[in-house]
Amino acid sequence: MDKIYSALTQIVGEDYVSNRPEELFTYSKDLGTSPPQFPEYVAAPRTAEEVSRIVRMANQEKVAVVPLGGGMTLAGLALPLRGGIVLDLKRMDRIIELNEKARYVVIEAGASHGKLTAHLHKHAPHLMHSEPGAPPAATIGGNLAIHGQGDLAHPYGFNSDMLNGLEVVLPTGEICRFGSCAIGCAWYTLHPLPDLGLFLGWNGSTGIITKVSLRLFPCKKFREMDIFVVEDETLIPDVLFALTHVGMAEDLVAWSSAIPPFANELHHISINITGDSKEEMEFKRRQIFDIKLSKYIRDGVGAIGAVAQPSERPQISKSADWKKGGGFEYVGSIMPVAAYPECYRRGAEISTRHDIPYTVLGRVIGAAHGMMFSWSYAFNRADDRSVQHARDALHETDDLVMELGGTIWKPAVFGQQLLMSRMDPNTLQMMKKVKTMLDPNGIMNPGNWEVA
Amino acid sequence: MFNLRFDENKCLACETHDCLTRCQYMAMDIPTAKAEMEKLIQGRESRVLHDCVTCYACEEYCPLGNHPFYLIVTRQEELDILPLPSPLIKRGVQMAIPFRGEPEIEPIAGRALNMGVFSMLVPHVQGRLFEDVTLMSTDSRKMFHYFCQLMYLHFGRTSVINERLEESIATIAAHGAREVIHFHDECYGTYASYAPAFGIDVPFKSVHLFEYLYERLGAMQDDIKPLNYKVAYQRPCSSRLSPDKHPFVDKLFDLIGVEHVQREFVDENALCCGSTIMGQRREGSRRFCLELQQKNIDDMKKAGAQLCVFNCPACMQTLGKPVADAGIMPIFMSDLCRLAIGEKSP
Repeated sequence: MDKIYSALTQIVGEDYVSNRPEELFTYSKDLGTSPPQFPEYVAAPRTAEEVSRIVRMANQEKVAVVPLGGGMTLAGLALPLRGGIVLDLKRMDRIIELNEKARYVVIEAGASHGKLTAHLHKHAPHLMHSEPGAPPAATIGGNLAIHGQGDLAHPYGFNSDMLNGLEVVLPTGEICRFGSCAIGCAWYTLHPLPDLGLFLGWNGSTGIITKVSLRLFPCKKFREMDIFVVEDETLIPDVLFALTHVGMAEDLVAWSSAIPPFANELHHISINITGDSKEEMEFKRRQIFDIKLSKYIRDGVGAIGAVAQPSERPQISKSADWKKGGGFEYVGSIMPVAAYPECYRRGAEISTRHDIPYTVLGRVIGAAHGMMFSWSYAFNRADDRSVQHARDALHETDDLVMELGGTIWKPAVFGQQLLMSRMDPNTLQMMKKVKTMLDPNGIMNPGNWEVA
Repeated sequence: MFNLRFDENKCLACETHDCLTRCQYMAMDIPTAKAEMEKLIQGRESRVLHDCVTCYACEEYCPLGNHPFYLIVTRQEELDILPLPSPLIKRGVQMAIPFRGEPEIEPIAGRALNMGVFSMLVPHVQGRLFEDVTLMSTDSRKMFHYFCQLMYLHFGRTSVINERLEESIATIAAHGAREVIHFHDECYGTYASYAPAFGIDVPFKSVHLFEYLYERLGAMQDDIKPLNYKVAYQRPCSSRLSPDKHPFVDKLFDLIGVEHVQREFVDENALCCGSTIMGQRREGSRRFCLELQQKNIDDMKKAGAQLCVFNCPACMQTLGKPVADAGIMPIFMSDLCRLAIGEKSP
């Protein structure tokens, strides 16, 4: 029997390892435009110890290991670019501790955001975590590995800013903990110990996140979404600055899309408002619409588009439906809020060039300290020409991000290379040293953040 | 292009100017109303163009059937004095652009029930009451082909209605139905009031939903069990375009055994649901809308209403939740009628 297959079977059990083509096929793709990349093995460990044993074995055999969460980055970040073992972490989904008084939850990294949300609804409905804009099947660890963000980004920032502690299996197999848990305390804080933040945003190329302590935040009784609309995109930064100044919203997302037609060449700002009473909700609306935004309404250039709608996350995945064939991928970036008008205009131009209805979105992070701005491109999976158009549009958008002074978020390999080509040489060398030190055999998700 | 058939001589000879003096949102005596109306007739700026909340009521108040509201909206557009901020107008105009292909035109031999742009409300027109009709516009992807367009009266945009209405009429007419019952007052008002006022030909006979329900329930009298609820009715703006059909509300209530509670804001005094006022451009529109809604709901509660009956989906969407929060159950008229014959509403 194949030596590696046999070793994997001994570690995780026969039911949780495969080298059968039909299963490898499933793991060879994600939902974006990346071409298929086949692994040689798939294994689904249950514990950090099993992960550790697999990694040690992989080092001996010099075989690549690619950690996989929900597989929803769309950018091919969990595709096995150099074959090897895909580690499907979704069996590591236990919720270990819910501490309501210290407002954190300790959870295995393969647990989905949907599972955590359901758990909190049931056991601590007055608390919530930040669920990203991805489908609920996205995993906690996967989202951290790409510096994700989602709900509560306006008041609290990136999801990686909401961490109280981490457990990581290093590329050489050691299991390490970071934060207060590292000194045997509860998992209530990541600070003030020396900063060892070497794992977030690395796409699993410096280690495998296996356990996480996430901060929980107050979950208000009423949650509704209001919409403010403007036509002139140059107004958006000022409207967002006004809204973040008044500080009454839980989340702020500006968006525009060619389809459905009502949204074409208009800019909607979804304003999530929460409160424990109707009076609190109305107080917040008064500050927002009657005071801060009233001048735009009076001048006829801004309008209340809707009030008290059910609160829902932005669903750019719907843009996949704008072309036959159901595909979509997007470039995300972290941008200054002031760049919104240019991001919109230039993005719409790229879309037009590639015959794709434009869809753009800017989620405010912090008090307008930045925004995650995304450009989505729909394509027909069954039409190679359509896929190529989307791929070209994505690459052009990566270039655009750099031109506009932004930073590509969760970049695909093309984008990673673009970023590294512009990176300060000393920073680049530091990245290389970190990677070489942690992963001397270069087995962890090779091809990602690979410094030449 | 179609133009409003407005008889200015009737207006100039009018002694009451009920259109403006009875307006619930503008305080005006007869001399002022006369002066403002003259400005409107001459195409000059008038405070009416700025202050109109577009509740449609003046269409009903006018004793001469001279379409003062259509005149106001026409002038708003001509003078570019628009009730809503421009992004909301653009959004509304774009909203009705069909983008999901052409509808399949199936021939309808008898009577049709036109859902207009409310295909998603098909569950509310099920059961024995609707056995005799064939539903039209049941696919929400294609429903904008059946859009009556009258919503643009709230936007100061008769030009959009006039540009698009003929196509909607052609789509409906293509089914070949003998009669078309309209689920929404707005559609009925379009084909029975607006189109004739602008000289737009409508090649099918329109029937108001309430008239149809009254006829059907009349044929099922033995099956009706009085519901014995106390009900309020949220009269929609577009009902003002067909005041001759409004009496069917009380006729239906009598038939199904519910008590239409005595209220201040009822019939010709009905208050707007606030849907369009919320986003209007005037200073304080949002607060005004909330106050209006509260006044309306307080009036329902004071009168002891257990249910609030809606026909307009926009009214239901705007006022349904606040009404429910106040302990009054919101319900569509079609569902209330189904309850009376022992059927469950969705």
